[in-house]
Amino acid sequence: MKLGTYIVKRLFLMIIVMFGVATIVFFITHVIPADPVGAILGGNAPIELVDQMRHQLGLDKSIPLQFINYMEGIVHGDFGVSLKTNRSVLKDIIDFFPATIELAIVSMIFATIVGVVLGILSAVYRNKVIDHFSRVFSILGVSMPVFWLGLLLLLLFYYRLGWLPGGGRNSLFIFPPHITGLVLLDSVIAGDWTSFWDGLRHIILPAFVLGYASAASIARIMRASMLDVLRQDFIRTAKSKGLSKRVVIYRHAVKNALIPVVTIIGLSFGSLLSGAVLTETIFSWPGLGRYIVNALLVLDYPAVTGGTLFIAFIYSLANLIVDISYAVLDPRMRV
Amino acid sequence: MSEVKGVAQKGRFKLFLERRKPIIEDWKHTFYLWKSTTLAMVGTVIIFVFFGIAIFAPLLTSYDPIAQDLDNRLLPPSSQHLFGTDQYGRDVFSRVIYGSRVELWIIFIVSIISVGIGTLVGIIAGYFGGAVDEVLMRITDMFLAFPRLVLAMAFTASLGPNLTNTIIAISFVDWTVYARLARAEAIKVKSQPYIEAIRGLGAKNTRIMAFHVLPMSISPVIVQLTLRMGTIILTAAGLGFLGLGAQPPIPEWGAIVSDGRSYLVQQWWITTFPGLAIAIVVLGFNLLGDGIRDILDPRLRR
Repeated sequence: MKLGTYIVKRLFLMIIVMFGVATIVFFITHVIPADPVGAILGGNAPIELVDQMRHQLGLDKSIPLQFINYMEGIVHGDFGVSLKTNRSVLKDIIDFFPATIELAIVSMIFATIVGVVLGILSAVYRNKVIDHFSRVFSILGVSMPVFWLGLLLLLLFYYRLGWLPGGGRNSLFIFPPHITGLVLLDSVIAGDWTSFWDGLRHIILPAFVLGYASAASIARIMRASMLDVLRQDFIRTAKSKGLSKRVVIYRHAVKNALIPVVTIIGLSFGSLLSGAVLTETIFSWPGLGRYIVNALLVLDYPAVTGGTLFIAFIYSLANLIVDISYAVLDPRMRV
Repeated sequence: MSEVKGVAQKGRFKLFLERRKPIIEDWKHTFYLWKSTTLAMVGTVIIFVFFGIAIFAPLLTSYDPIAQDLDNRLLPPSSQHLFGTDQYGRDVFSRVIYGSRVELWIIFIVSIISVGIGTLVGIIAGYFGGAVDEVLMRITDMFLAFPRLVLAMAFTASLGPNLTNTIIAISFVDWTVYARLARAEAIKVKSQPYIEAIRGLGAKNTRIMAFHVLPMSISPVIVQLTLRMGTIILTAAGLGFLGLGAQPPIPEWGAIVSDGRSYLVQQWWITTFPGLAIAIVVLGFNLLGDGIRDILDPRLRR
């Protein structure tokens, strides 16, 4: 199959899946809740207010009609108005999303560098001290609850040592320039180094906490993949040609071992989005994850719908990009 | 007469042993591999201790995990209260101990439901193939399009956050993994000649699926299940921590961590110990799962 055809096919599939995703979210927000208005307003709300609310949410219509309205809204990018902030949910998402994507990108960079380096070292120095260290690091990374690790690090680095700030994206009296919404990038573009360092100090802990599990799984896959590659014939050939160990490892082995890692990096993007929900809650990070949690806790259904759909969309998009990049790297995958 | 019968029985037992020799040898080899994988052993021990604590919880602590004792609020760890007490004067040690029952219950029920739904969907999809497969797998994809925790959160919030709904939500999110595995196995099995033979004898589809495809497809699902048990706990604890899972006063570990959050600076013990319990048990499941994967890896078996 040609690459173009493959991409078109995948895009088409994604549209179908997104339709299904929207249906699942509809069930969660419109069909399952027995009495959403009662839950929002409390049991003793006056009947006029309840009716008004039902009308506002479109709950006075039949379920199929609600579904049609809902789908119509989504196609137009209209998720309704948040009950809590009283703003368009789409605007809220646009405001909150950059914080999440910035955190996710920084975590991803951290996880990839740490994971790949540890994986390589682990495989090259198999069963040596560095290998044992890296394996302990990995197994702890996938076992520790994100929220617990975050709280303990806050306790140590913020409350006890006072080295790092305790949450949020920037300090009280620092106003980062606003261009793309990514604090670090905007600060660099504007050349505002105070704001850049401030942003960096704020993102270290959450990015570490969020990226740790991904770093761990990347290190494991990288190690296994390197060991696999190092066993292969072309490595022996390269060695017997008289190439130095350096060249064999970094030019030949690492390049080939990286292919499965690309998938893992893409897949960990999903766990990053899941983890972001917890990390953002702990570090008061003003991102989409915290937005959804807060919306869920007060049953702000329009916000839940918009936030969940948007996260699912980003997640699917990430998976799509992984699949396509995989197809580019390895033509056998295009089936 | 009785002597003859005894000999016959002994003979039958020997015959049984002889016929099963390859399997028994295989088990012995597995046991040997398990013994030589230290980490898998450590994992097994952790899990056994965890089960033991859950079963014998009332014997291990004399404090009630739920009853409040406001005279003894926020006491630091001591010989009286090993893990200290929380803001309601409850013994944290006893809450952690009883919490193991909650976690075990969650793992148990989630496993049953998600493996049940997953294998059912997977086997039907793999066995029938064609349009049925296409539809079922697209539905699976739809569930996979969400980050797990986000979907589970949305489910529990909408159903009403409590322990039962946490279990339902995690099961609804988790079955997809097993569906894909069972489907792949079912596809492999259904093209085997013996399935053809059974069908030739007139067996119906349901019978073939239940008695011939299912038993052959279940083992990779079970292996995957042990690998995922740690994740189940982490998800349940994450939901509990966010307030979207088990509700107070149920001593769910994630919820206890959340209880201690506002007391983190001065009363670190409320947060630290339940979190440590989660980390150790998840570590145990991960070590055990890794070990099982290694043991089943044919490259290692050679």
